[in-house]
Amino acid sequence: MSNNKLQEKPPSEMDINRIRADFPILNQEIHGCRLAFLDNAASAQRPTAVIDAVSRYYQHDHANVHRGVHTLSHRATDAYEGAREKIRGFINATSISEIVFTSGTTEAINLIASSLGQSISADDEILISHMEHHSNIVPWQMLCERTGAVLRVAPINEDGELLVDEMISLMSDRTRLVALTHISNALGTINPIEIIITAAHERNIPVLIDGAQAVPHTNIDVQKLGCEFYVFSGHKMCGPTGIGILYGREDWLERLPPWQGGGEMILSVNFEEAVYNRLPYKFEAGTPNIAGAIGLGAAIDYLQAIGMDNIAAYEATLLDYLTDQLSNVSDLQLIGTAKRKAGVQSFVIKDIHPHDLGTVLDHKGIAIRTGHHCAMPVMDFFEVPGTARASLAFYNTHEDVDQLIEGLAVAKDIFT
Amino acid sequence: MNSAGEDLQAIYRKQVLEHSRNPHNQRHPEAPDCEALGFNPLCGDKLTVYANLQGDKIIDVAFEGTGCAISVASASMMTDAITGCSLTEAASLIEATQKMFSSDQSVKNTQLTEIAALEGVRSYPSRIKCATLAWTALAAALYGQDNQISTE
Ligand SMILES: Cc1ncc(COP(=O)(O)O)c(C=O)c1O
Repeated sequence: MSNNKLQEKPPSEMDINRIRADFPILNQEIHGCRLAFLDNAASAQRPTAVIDAVSRYYQHDHANVHRGVHTLSHRATDAYEGAREKIRGFINATSISEIVFTSGTTEAINLIASSLGQSISADDEILISHMEHHSNIVPWQMLCERTGAVLRVAPINEDGELLVDEMISLMSDRTRLVALTHISNALGTINPIEIIITAAHERNIPVLIDGAQAVPHTNIDVQKLGCEFYVFSGHKMCGPTGIGILYGREDWLERLPPWQGGGEMILSVNFEEAVYNRLPYKFEAGTPNIAGAIGLGAAIDYLQAIGMDNIAAYEATLLDYLTDQLSNVSDLQLIGTAKRKAGVQSFVIKDIHPHDLGTVLDHKGIAIRTGHHCAMPVMDFFEVPGTARASLAFYNTHEDVDQLIEGLAVAKDIFT
Repeated sequence: MNSAGEDLQAIYRKQVLEHSRNPHNQRHPEAPDCEALGFNPLCGDKLTVYANLQGDKIIDVAFEGTGCAISVASASMMTDAITGCSLTEAASLIEATQKMFSSDQSVKNTQLTEIAALEGVRSYPSRIKCATLAWTALAAALYGQDNQISTE
């Protein structure tokens, strides 16, 4: 972690103003109102530092990576590999061999489903939870369809918490992988992944953690966690879209067959055979998203300068305020009331459809997400077609929350 | 600059809110001749539209399901407009509504004066599908092979 002074104390309101100034997009009006951007779980915004890093790369340093002897190719390769090293440090992986660039969380999960999937057969089981994002459900369903394996689903309770004992009791010698979200995007629940990883390892089952919602908000140490795979997306952590990370423990990545074939992932090719490249390149076929990786590296620099612990502490305080304020709104039901939560709050209001709520709030400059949040099984569990969801980032303020609460009053005026 | 309040009134007009609060023909007919499920994956809304025919004439249209104010109001208004139409008339009404939602043309058809209250959704690209959901399902029920449609 960086030695930035900010780390010594949680950012004050003044620091927040400075931070907000780093995000040009926040400084605009929507329908004549101040923008309150509360849709960070879908995708966060980018600070100037990230936008500039991408733009600088295209203006000065672009060439293909790992291929040329010319200066630009060296520069592009250095910047791309430099980003990989930043990501390694950010999640404390042992080596850069364990950091595979993908297009996002979704692609990283599909990579594992496809590669690990080659050794899955009809007697096997994959274990997930009821609160997964579709991207941690469908690839496993497709794998099961292909192989005849069975998908097992660990239940949740009314607060949106994982039933840990039930999940553990679903682990057996047939279980070939446990795939679990670290933080639920629909409910905000922080899962006790340490307990699940330990229980799975006692039974020699590898674990994939979907960290899409966790990496932007808390310190991640993959060595401490000990999971075999940890996946996340750049765009939810102030980086560019179209870039994401598969962290895989080296012994596992060594063992797994490559996913896509093409340039970059090979050492030599003739018409009889190809010799695969070493890690992590074995899993990176074709020209990668170089600018995306560089932008993600810049995002990590930015987050580390603020300090992940500061971010987590600030967001926790703001979540408390958001939850308190929402609880005071009549006829409002909070969905997702787990004891351990990140800055996400879903809710429904009696007689107001989330979609209508979204439109009214947009008119007041408030951006929230409405709908099923790519987690239809969660909606089914709570017997709602969808919810409204406010999700926080470290650049949000009390003012954003107050604006949301005022917007809800306007919606109630119209619809009830 | 548009004031936020005025814009909102353009989409949530009084008639729209009245239909959404007290929708007409929201029920399951005993023995529908045809039906189709309309699904909007963006919001998870599902509406089933039913119709009963006597020869060429549509004698009853009803719907069931959950939806936002726009989709429910549109479905409710649709049941009023379509009941009593011939199959050919219904086809041209469906076409005229689809056109109304997808272009700037205002509706001239006198049977659609009520639906015109929904014109405001045109300024909300993400909400047009809500307004057309019931209509697309009706088209599928009356003329389609598929009895399940999706707005995507
Ligand atoms: C928990 C979770 N998993 C996976 C994803 C998918 O991420 P992406 O669309 O960036 O691949 C998301 C994004 O919404 C998410 O919130």
